[in-house]
Amino acid sequence: MKKSDVIMNSSSKEKQKGFLNYIEDTLPKIVVSPTFVVMIVFIYGFILWTAWISLTDSGIMPKYDLVGFVQYITLFTKEPRWWVAIQNLFIFGSLFVALCIILGLILAILLDQRIRAEGFLRTIYLYPMALSFIVTGAVWRWILNPDLGLERLVQQMGFTNFTFRWLVDPNMAIYTIVIAAVWQSTGFVLALFLAGLRGIDDSIIKAAQVDGASLPRIYWKIIIPSLRPVFLSSVIILSHIAIKSFDLVMVLTRGGPGYATDVPATFMYSFAFNRGRLAFGAASAMVMFMAVMAIIIPYLYSELRSTRNER
Amino acid sequence: MFWKGLKVILMTLILSSFFQCAAKKGGEVEVLHWWTSGGEAASVKVLKDLLEKEGFGWKDFAVAGGGGDNAMTVLKSRAVAGNPPTAAQVKGPQIQLWAKEGFLENLDEVAATEKWDEKIPKVIADIMKYEGHYVAVPVNVHRINWMWVNPEVFKKAGAKIPTTWAEFEESAKKIQKAGLIPVAWGGQPWQEATVFETIVAGVGGTDFYKKTMVEADPAAINSPTMIKCLETLKMIKKYTDKGAPGRDWNLATAMVIKGEAGMQFMGDWAKGEFTAAGKKPGTDYIAVPAPQTDKQFLFNVDSFIMFKVKNPKDKEAEKAMARLILQPTFQEVFNVNKGSIPVVTGMPEDPFDDVARRSMKDFVESAKSGGLVPSMAHEMAVMPAIRGAILDVVTSFYNSDMSAKDAAAKMADAVKAAK
Repeated sequence: MKKSDVIMNSSSKEKQKGFLNYIEDTLPKIVVSPTFVVMIVFIYGFILWTAWISLTDSGIMPKYDLVGFVQYITLFTKEPRWWVAIQNLFIFGSLFVALCIILGLILAILLDQRIRAEGFLRTIYLYPMALSFIVTGAVWRWILNPDLGLERLVQQMGFTNFTFRWLVDPNMAIYTIVIAAVWQSTGFVLALFLAGLRGIDDSIIKAAQVDGASLPRIYWKIIIPSLRPVFLSSVIILSHIAIKSFDLVMVLTRGGPGYATDVPATFMYSFAFNRGRLAFGAASAMVMFMAVMAIIIPYLYSELRSTRNER
Repeated sequence: MFWKGLKVILMTLILSSFFQCAAKKGGEVEVLHWWTSGGEAASVKVLKDLLEKEGFGWKDFAVAGGGGDNAMTVLKSRAVAGNPPTAAQVKGPQIQLWAKEGFLENLDEVAATEKWDEKIPKVIADIMKYEGHYVAVPVNVHRINWMWVNPEVFKKAGAKIPTTWAEFEESAKKIQKAGLIPVAWGGQPWQEATVFETIVAGVGGTDFYKKTMVEADPAAINSPTMIKCLETLKMIKKYTDKGAPGRDWNLATAMVIKGEAGMQFMGDWAKGEFTAAGKKPGTDYIAVPAPQTDKQFLFNVDSFIMFKVKNPKDKEAEKAMARLILQPTFQEVFNVNKGSIPVVTGMPEDPFDDVARRSMKDFVESAKSGGLVPSMAHEMAVMPAIRGAILDVVTSFYNSDMSAKDAAAKMADAVKAAK
């Protein structure tokens, strides 16, 4: 009797321990699950809702009877403003990402040279990131205004033939948005690259120096390739900022002289909400979504696959 | 025991105060609007006070900004959620869109008792109705086709205030030669469209305006008259300054006030800027109808739509609000504060200034002669999708090298696609 009691006691204790371990293992999952559920419903669920609406004939209120791909066809064949928006997104997106990464990398390499006022300089470069795009847009709009800003300043300094009218020129206005956005985000990329550079093992560099490699060659062949994860994060973050830049465009040019600086985000807002063409705006939103997926998924796949191979 | 008793008493007091708040004496209206600037908010308060005097409650739901864009988006989301406010500031064909979805209350009872059909011109009453029944109540009337002139600038240049577009070009050249800016221009799509439709009314005439801007007939749009109108619009561009793109309308008015520019084409809300700067009509500034639109009155009428409510007390409050809006007390105080004119005809002109009095006279005359037409640029004439299509073509034509012929054809295509 006593032995079986002891056996029963110890097995129930084991069961208790097992149960506690089980809770300990699943506790993280339980804590994360509300956020997870919210994300599934509100992000992915509503992406599906937008996809559904884009296949309907909704005007001012959502309707749910499907009519096929009519909205997409109208979007690509009968709407010249959409092509302007897509073109602007490509110009802005590619210039923004490329310039931010190049400038961020160069500045990071320069700051990494163990100079004296490094902390101070780093803070200065990072400050623009603390501003919202609305503030950036408003200030740059004043700076680039021909009557109030840069052009007037330089003319008053004596160069009376100086003109800088990009902001009011339908062909050049999109580049002003690039300027403002690059000014804001370069600091962030700088901080990412600086952290990456500091994380590189000194011994590899010393070995290369022993072998007789020059400094530029060391940078080009060793350091920059080992920063590949940082390139990946920067491209993803910058691309999503580029596609998201509704507020910057709205404040800086409001869609530009005419609609010359329209981007898909402002196009979608204006058609879906201001003009009561909900399905049309939903179609443009879905096209934006598919464009993002087309860029991000292959990049992610190639980067994550190669890191697995390296291991 | 003492503390427990105290807790019980406190709880009862708190709960009973909730009940007092919940027990309303009369019905309540929740009103969505975007009249948030100083003068506008004071005007809305007048209606609130009148309603409260009759024992009804007023819940204000102001959404600032965008000339109503934000308010419309908020309204749509609340309507979809099944919880619309009692009244909302919606104007033009959007009233019919809301009525079609079945949201709006029938106001025929109030209209019959108050004799609205006799007090409001038919053109405006038709916009307030859906299938013959009143579903909205108009509040005020703005005239779009005004030209605001600084006489000093014209005197300095030796130019005459134009009444036709040919005279305009002559005067503009003289002002430019005198080193001043002829036209104060705000480069935003709605402002460009405001001038565009004024030109269409002036150059094309009332019937052409109705065919193109109200019925949006693609055949009428792609026509030689439209090409002439577009060319006139492009002609004005020579006489504007380089900082025009993106400029807000009130900054352009400031240019005229300060004497940097000679004239501005803007609706009667520009009067508020002159008054705020202490300028007197007739001496410091002159308001004339835009060239060739003397007999035409392009109107913009603000209105409230009334949603269906379940609570009968709230229904009474709604009907009281509709009644009070078109009664003389509110019409007078509101319009004097806001700078527009009353939508009911036959009101005494004493409290209004010279510009408003001329506006009221022209309002009655154009209603009789047929020159009273809704403004396309201010969302009174066509559905938002068609207006958007027209504005896109106008602004892209104005800001690029597009030829007038191409623009007319593009506008006709865009309107056809948006219908």
